[in-house]
Amino acid sequence: MANIISPVELDPFETIQEAFKGPDHPSITICGGTGCRVLGSEKLSEAFREEFNRQNIQATLDFDIKTTGCHGFCEQGPLVVIRPSGIMYAHVAAKDVPEIVERTIIGGEIIDCLLYMDPQSGEKIEHEQDVPFYQFQQRVILDLNGLIDPQKIEEYIAEGGYTALQTVLSTMPPEQVIDEIKASGLRGRGGAGFPTGYKWELCRKQPVDVKYIICNADEGDPGAYMDRSIMEGNPHRVLEGMIIGAYAIGAQTGYVYIRNEYPLAVKHLREAIAQAETNGFLGRNILKSGFDFSVGIKLGSGAFVCGEETALIASIEGRVGEPRPRPPFPAEKGLWGKPTNINNVKSWASVPIIIKRGADWFANIGTGTSTGTMIFSLVGNINNTGLVEVPMGISLRDLIYNIGGGIPNGKEFKAAQIGGPSGGCIPAEHLDVHIDYESLSALGAIMGSGGLVIADEDVCMVDFARYFMTFTQEESCGKCVPCRVGTKAMLSTLERICNGEGKPGDVEYLIELGEEIKRASLCGLGQTAPNPVLSTIRYFRQEYEAHIIDETCPSKVCKGLITYSVIPENCTGCMVCLRDCPENAISGEKQKPHQIDVNLCTRCGMCKSVCKFDAIMVT
Amino acid sequence: MQKIISEINDIVQDEALGKGSIIPYFEEIQGRFRYLPPEALILVCEHLNIPLSQAYAVATFYHAFSLRPKGKHCMNICMGTACHVRGSPQLLDRLETKLGVKAGSTTRDKLFTLETVNCLGACALGPIVVIDGEYSGQMTPQKSDALLRRIMRSEEKEQRG
Repeated sequence: MANIISPVELDPFETIQEAFKGPDHPSITICGGTGCRVLGSEKLSEAFREEFNRQNIQATLDFDIKTTGCHGFCEQGPLVVIRPSGIMYAHVAAKDVPEIVERTIIGGEIIDCLLYMDPQSGEKIEHEQDVPFYQFQQRVILDLNGLIDPQKIEEYIAEGGYTALQTVLSTMPPEQVIDEIKASGLRGRGGAGFPTGYKWELCRKQPVDVKYIICNADEGDPGAYMDRSIMEGNPHRVLEGMIIGAYAIGAQTGYVYIRNEYPLAVKHLREAIAQAETNGFLGRNILKSGFDFSVGIKLGSGAFVCGEETALIASIEGRVGEPRPRPPFPAEKGLWGKPTNINNVKSWASVPIIIKRGADWFANIGTGTSTGTMIFSLVGNINNTGLVEVPMGISLRDLIYNIGGGIPNGKEFKAAQIGGPSGGCIPAEHLDVHIDYESLSALGAIMGSGGLVIADEDVCMVDFARYFMTFTQEESCGKCVPCRVGTKAMLSTLERICNGEGKPGDVEYLIELGEEIKRASLCGLGQTAPNPVLSTIRYFRQEYEAHIIDETCPSKVCKGLITYSVIPENCTGCMVCLRDCPENAISGEKQKPHQIDVNLCTRCGMCKSVCKFDAIMVT
Repeated sequence: MQKIISEINDIVQDEALGKGSIIPYFEEIQGRFRYLPPEALILVCEHLNIPLSQAYAVATFYHAFSLRPKGKHCMNICMGTACHVRGSPQLLDRLETKLGVKAGSTTRDKLFTLETVNCLGACALGPIVVIDGEYSGQMTPQKSDALLRRIMRSEEKEQRG
């Protein structure tokens, strides 16, 4: 273990800061998150540069044009924010760029038609900080995501990056770092919520010289993408957290285990590691403190179970990613048999913030037992899809209606699925629940990694449960019987119910089986796999019964229980559905009502989606 | 065939992949050929001195590896929760019908491989289809028809020369 010999010298900071113009420098920030990229944001920075050249204004107006990480408000992408004023333009296309340069950058005026309109008040909002989606958030981990260019270490440093590491290496012995993390109350953000400081202490106390730390970035929950956004938008903060953690624990090597489905995050992380090495934050004798630490990247190869820590370790070792029984815990015997500490991306990213702003500051956010902030990806049937960071303990209602802007198309809220395939759903009657570890588990849900999927009245909860069970059943690694066979049995029962072949007693069978799988499975995947089914039964049992006893699907989703037919009064005989039906199940003549042959119809819903006259009925 | 073997040999001899784990080799080979040819399994095992059964276990366990050659165009449909509630099952249905194959398989003419992925993390844009690495968001069955037509047209053009 490194001893602190002398105060750390400051040189990398000084040289970098001299070269950098500072955070208040005028800039055009373009969201470069995966979502905005899909919508064409990559072309925008190019277009701004071209326009600056064309009008030859770079010399007179000193604006930086930068592509940042994910701003979070994905629904409105591509997003462009002009700083420091904070003017925000939504759905920006390359063709808008000349006008933005001409009128806003040069002329200083605001272009009304590019502003975001609040769907609730109908008002146009000029500045990012006044948009309700951002207004009600508390951005602690995501604060720099929309400000800095993640590919430039100097921008992170200019915002105070790596100063926490400097403080730790020059003034704090490892035990004090652990005490600070303990005092902050930080709990593992990967889902289980184990107190991070205690986990570190357990690993530190192992009387072994070689130790490892791992950043778990195998973000597998469908509908969750905050870890990716942090790594894409601010990879240095994750690295800084890992270096501090390694120092506290006494590890010499760290790995980031990251999904190969996230190419941009991998790229930014690789660049960040190289830059940190060049500047003396990684490698030998970090900041001349005598402490050595290096970080490598391991790509996950598409197996959900590898998010479980023992399976993840097996995967890094090059084996099939199957979990093993614990104890021994990874803190005692982990990677290659050595003590290993694994934390989620968000946990590592919280560490520099806790050191910099103090454990008390962090502990004051949130509730007594759930401190700090939590990042949710708000997705599904919600107006403002995006990444939100809120203090722990916020009510679900505030999250959905104030930040999320409510449910689209005037539909009713039905349930919020929290915690992904391991979590549960929260129905409308519990909308006022405060989101913290304990309250959620009392309702049969879990915090999980922060996926929050909103379902409106059109979502069938039995089908929803079947969806999650299909997922976990496919992802079950097959090592232990309860999970391998049990999830399959649950899934086939759910499929029967959705096909209209449910039997009385099926619900009781699902409950009994689910409880057994939870009790007997080897790892977290199996232990939580029945949760979506059990929680939908708990709150929406009547929907299960409607499927089984009344043989109807109240939400008109389950194909085995619905029929499509034409409403003759509404049908104009336009032939559109007839042409588009993949099964040729629709017949009829021009300008005469069409008919659907129920024997040929596969209930794909194509006719309903193309009909402009509301002439297709589902019963 | 000789060319494939010599290319695989180059990958196997690549020092940068380390000597510890089989996975980086497979990633490299999968990246190059878009599947793991049988020769690759054998050569990697010989190089690392591990039994073939272990290589087979790894190759079949992870979704990223495929033992069968893929079609010229890879279509990946996101089946994440957000895409699910916004209609990805209908989209998949449509593509399965149009291409005449089930998810996870390749059309007989080796033109398309249809696959699903659990979440791409671009949930605001759901449902999403990725074709040859290019993302298309807010897809509908109709839009997917148009996408297919576009690819077919460029294929026909290519064939005509």
